[in-house]
Amino acid sequence: MPIYYDTEIKSRLMLGTAQYPSPAILAEAFKRSGADIATVSVRREAGDERAGQAFWDMIGDLGVHVLPNTAGCHSVREAVTTAQMARELFDTSWIKLEVIGHADTLQPDPFGLVEAARILTDDGFQVFPYCTEDLVLCERLVEAGCRVLMPWGAPIGTGLGLNNIYGLRSLRAHFPDLPLVIDAGLGLPSQAAHAMELGYDAVLLNTAVAKAGDPAAMAEGFARALEAGRLGFKADPMEPRDMAAPSTPVLGRAFT
Amino acid sequence: MTEAVTIRGAGIVGLCVATELISRGVAVTLRDPAPSPGAHGCSWWAGGMLAPFCEGFTAEEPVMRLGQEAADWWQAQGVEVIRRGSLMVTLERDRRELDQFARRTTGHRLVTGADLTVLEPHLADRHDRALYFADEAHIDPRAALLHLRKRLEDAGARFEQSDAAPTGPVIDCRGLAAQDSLPDLRGVKGEMVVLRSADVTLSRPIRLLHPRFPLYIVPRGDGVFMLGATQIESEEKGRASARSVMELLSAAYALHPAFGEAEVMEIGADARPAFPDNLPRVTRKGETIHVNGLFRHGFLLSPAVARMAAGVATRENEAPEFYHEDHG
Repeated sequence: MPIYYDTEIKSRLMLGTAQYPSPAILAEAFKRSGADIATVSVRREAGDERAGQAFWDMIGDLGVHVLPNTAGCHSVREAVTTAQMARELFDTSWIKLEVIGHADTLQPDPFGLVEAARILTDDGFQVFPYCTEDLVLCERLVEAGCRVLMPWGAPIGTGLGLNNIYGLRSLRAHFPDLPLVIDAGLGLPSQAAHAMELGYDAVLLNTAVAKAGDPAAMAEGFARALEAGRLGFKADPMEPRDMAAPSTPVLGRAFT
Repeated sequence: MTEAVTIRGAGIVGLCVATELISRGVAVTLRDPAPSPGAHGCSWWAGGMLAPFCEGFTAEEPVMRLGQEAADWWQAQGVEVIRRGSLMVTLERDRRELDQFARRTTGHRLVTGADLTVLEPHLADRHDRALYFADEAHIDPRAALLHLRKRLEDAGARFEQSDAAPTGPVIDCRGLAAQDSLPDLRGVKGEMVVLRSADVTLSRPIRLLHPRFPLYIVPRGDGVFMLGATQIESEEKGRASARSVMELLSAAYALHPAFGEAEVMEIGADARPAFPDNLPRVTRKGETIHVNGLFRHGFLLSPAVARMAAGVATRENEAPEFYHEDHG
C-alpha cells in the first residue's frame, strides 16, 4: 500500500468531500470503498471563526487521514495562507497544494505551484502538489521538496479519464520510487484500473463519486477497480501481440 | 390530548407547526426573540420554490414524495401559490447534464423551440431546450411568512417576544439556534441576490444546471428576481462573499445577458439547519419535541413535517416518518 511521507495508508483510494448529496452519503461512500484519505477544502468554508467546524468534525469522525487542500486558490500567497490555516485547523503538516491557473478549466498554474511548494516545504509542510503530467514541472516539484506527485488525468470534474497515457507512463518511468497519484479527471472505475495498470500508486476522486446517481456504490466500484488494476500490474501482464501483421507463411497453413 | 403548547421559534417551521396545532384545537403560544418574521431567520432568504421533482435529483425520496403536499397546503392557508411549473436549462456545452437530470428525475417533459417560446419567450432567445416540470409551483416566502403569522394571530395564537426557555409542553423549532440541544445539527451556508430588471420577463422559476455554479432564478413580479443559492459547509451567517455573489451574477448573466444591466437590490446570506442526511427530524427529547433540519426545503417540507409534529404532540400519530427519540 502507498506510503506518503512515512505514513502508510490502507487504501489506494483518496476521496474528496465536496458536492455529495449529504454528509450521510459521503460517510457511506467512505465506508463502502475503504478509502483511507479524505481531502477537505478550507478556503471557502472557513469564514470567520471556524464556521466550517461542524462539517470538519464530521470528516474527523470518518476515522481516516485528513488531507486539507488549497482548492479555490489562484495565487501563491493565497495558497500559502490557506495551507497555514489548514495546518492549524487539522493539526497536520500534510497539504494538497492547488494553485489554479485557469478559472474555467481549473488547470494548475505550474509556475505558481513550484513557488508555493518551495515556500511550504521550507516551512515544514509535506506537500502533495496537484500538477499536470509535465515531466519538467514534476522534476521541479521534486527539487522543491515534494515526495508525492499528483498529476491530473484530465481537467477537474470532466470525467474524461487519462488524457495523456504517454505522459503518465513517462512520469512513472522517471520517478519509479515516488508515490504517484492520479488527481482529477476520472469518471469511471475502468479509468482508475488503467491508472493502476500503468503502475500508479493511488487515485483521488471527488466528482466521479459525489455526482454519481449512487455515490456509495460508485465509490465501491472504484475501490474494486483499483484492486483489479493493481493485481494486473503486479502480475506482469502479457505483451499484446499484433496478429494483424502476418508472420512467415507456414507449410500447409495450419498455424497461420 | 395536549391542550396548550409553547412553540420556540416563529420561523417557517414554528409558524407551520402552530398552524397545524391550532387546526387541531390546541392553544398555541409562539415565543421568539424577534417581533416578526425577518432577516434574522433563514426562511427570510429562501427561494420559495415548491419543486419536489427537481429537488429529487439530489435529495432523498421523502423530499419528492412529501414535497408534493406543499402547494395545496400553502394555498389552503390563503397564500398565493403560483402554479406555472419550473424550467431547467443548461448552457450549450453542458447539454448532456440535462439528459442526466432527466434520467434521474420524474414529472418533466422536454420542451424545445416553439414550445419553449410559448412558455418563456425571453428564455427561448438564448436556449433551445429545457426540461419542464409542469406540476411545480412557487410562492413569495416573505409574504407567506408574514401572512401565516397574521393568520395565526387572527386565530388566537399568542406571540411572546422572548428567548427564555418555557415551561410545560414545548415544541422547539429554533432552527440552528437549537444546536445546544441537537448536537448533530449543522449549518449550511446559502447566499442569494435580488435583482430588478425591466428587460427580462420570466413567468416561473428557471434553474440553470451547471457543474460548478448551479443557479435558480425565481421571478417575484414587478421585474424583481431572486437569484439563489450557494450551498457551503459553513455556519457563517450574514456575510455573502464576493466570490459567491460573482458566481451567482455570472450564472444569471450566462442565462440571459440582460441581467448584466439589472439593479442589485439585495444581497443576503444565512445558514440552513441540517442533519447529516439532510432530512428533517421530529425528535422527542424528554418533554420537548424538536422539529428541525429542514435544510434547503423549508417551504417545501414544513407542511408535511408540521403535520407530523402536530400528530406527535396530540398523540394522534406518535411515530411518524421523521420521528426520532433522543434519550441522551
